[in-house]
Amino acid sequence: MTRFSSSLHLLALTGAMALAGGAQAQDKSILVQSTTSTANSGLYDYLLPEFEKASGIKVNVVAVGTGQAIKNAQNCDGDVLLVHAKAAEEKFVAEGYGVTRSDLMYNDFIIVGPQADPAGVAGMNDVKAALAKLSQSGAAFASRGDDSGTHKKEMSLWKAAGIEPSGEWYRSTGSGMGATLNAGIGMGAYVMTDRATWISFGNKGDYQIAVEGDPEMFNQYGVILVNPDKCPTVKQADGQAFIDWLLSDDGQKAIGGYQIDGQQLFFPDAE
Amino acid sequence: MQDFARAFADSFRQILALDAGFVEIVGLSLRVSLTATLLSCLIGLLLGAWLAVARFSGRQALIILVNAMMGLPPVVVGLFVYLNLSRAGPFGWLGLLYTPTAMILAQTILITPIVAALSRQVLEDLHGEYGEHFASLGLGRMGQVRAILWDGRYSLITVALAAFGRSVAEVGAVIIVGGNIEHLTRVMTTAIALETSKGNLQLAMALGMVLLVIALAVNGLVSSLRLSASRLGYA
Repeated sequence: MTRFSSSLHLLALTGAMALAGGAQAQDKSILVQSTTSTANSGLYDYLLPEFEKASGIKVNVVAVGTGQAIKNAQNCDGDVLLVHAKAAEEKFVAEGYGVTRSDLMYNDFIIVGPQADPAGVAGMNDVKAALAKLSQSGAAFASRGDDSGTHKKEMSLWKAAGIEPSGEWYRSTGSGMGATLNAGIGMGAYVMTDRATWISFGNKGDYQIAVEGDPEMFNQYGVILVNPDKCPTVKQADGQAFIDWLLSDDGQKAIGGYQIDGQQLFFPDAE
Repeated sequence: MQDFARAFADSFRQILALDAGFVEIVGLSLRVSLTATLLSCLIGLLLGAWLAVARFSGRQALIILVNAMMGLPPVVVGLFVYLNLSRAGPFGWLGLLYTPTAMILAQTILITPIVAALSRQVLEDLHGEYGEHFASLGLGRMGQVRAILWDGRYSLITVALAAFGRSVAEVGAVIIVGGNIEHLTRVMTTAIALETSKGNLQLAMALGMVLLVIALAVNGLVSSLRLSASRLGYA
């Protein structure tokens, strides 16, 4: 009995130590609810150390779809919201969940497809025409289907093209950008993605950019401080310091300086 | 195939290059899942022993319920814990969401039914075997529980390992309540999910292999402890 219980004690001790380690408080930290596109592209890995060095504030990022990020922020589970769905962001502020919304940076959406180009849309720069052609061709299209910023944008483009996408060719993956790209590439489907995720994506297969360059495919990112009036736990000063830095010359220069393979991923456009 | 092997070797080099960050991720995985296993054993063994020995109406229904809860989807457990720990939820004031503690809590909920259900079966079998013996010794219920817990210790260690395996391998719960935050709540499985979504499939696969090796190491350690303990016991 003693041997068994002493090993139990040892286990309990390890467990208690583990728990104690978990309770270690971060001195100054904020929580940012953000999108997978900014996190998966490596932007934060590049950006945050600079801000952390300058301010001493640790930035923790939860990367989920824009829809879920907004929901989490509405539940007060975050100090700053950094997403890309302007209409939803403005609604978030109008309903009192956010203080103000600022334009931060942009890039654009693109449609990628297999080299064989079964829909014959490669090289097009009119997205509505391309979507129409795609829907008639019967070639597969993989959609996020997850209420993310990218999904909202995709739906608005189908609507603008006057098409109700449905049928066997239209495959809603219900998952993040990377997972949708993996699935789409696996089944030879066209996929709409933000350019940053695409450039940094590691499993491109024989896929190429098929449709790009339409002003309609502009992708604006915004940043919002979660409203301390609604959420008293919001770290107002530190969250605002992060936003101020992002919008400052230093922050904007840092965003513009992030490159992968010589390509700029995000274009700063704070006013 | 050679390309594949080379890609794999490259991935392992990448993993080694992650050095400090990688050690941190492995350490947190072990810390979270071992703590959850420990807590689930404390609760689950008690519950299992009670269900094995006690006789009351509704016992069978409770056993079926506990058995069924072994099939709890991690995502559902994650959501349940998220809704409770969210600032908008009943325990939001604790400020535990997106911390390792929240991950431990979620995994504990996930694996406690496994410990309870499997240990109940082990202990009930033992109890059936020794029931008359216990009666002749005039052992009280607590004494009986202690005796069968001790007697079934090796099977129960396997139960604990099953629970540990489930917790260290799951991603659905910890990604929701932990948020996969770098340097804070990133564990092996959420790192694998992240690398997959970045399209770094080889790196993700290599991380999976590492996870398997870690599980092997934990199992090997436990079974060598067990072996040496049983040798001592019979010496």
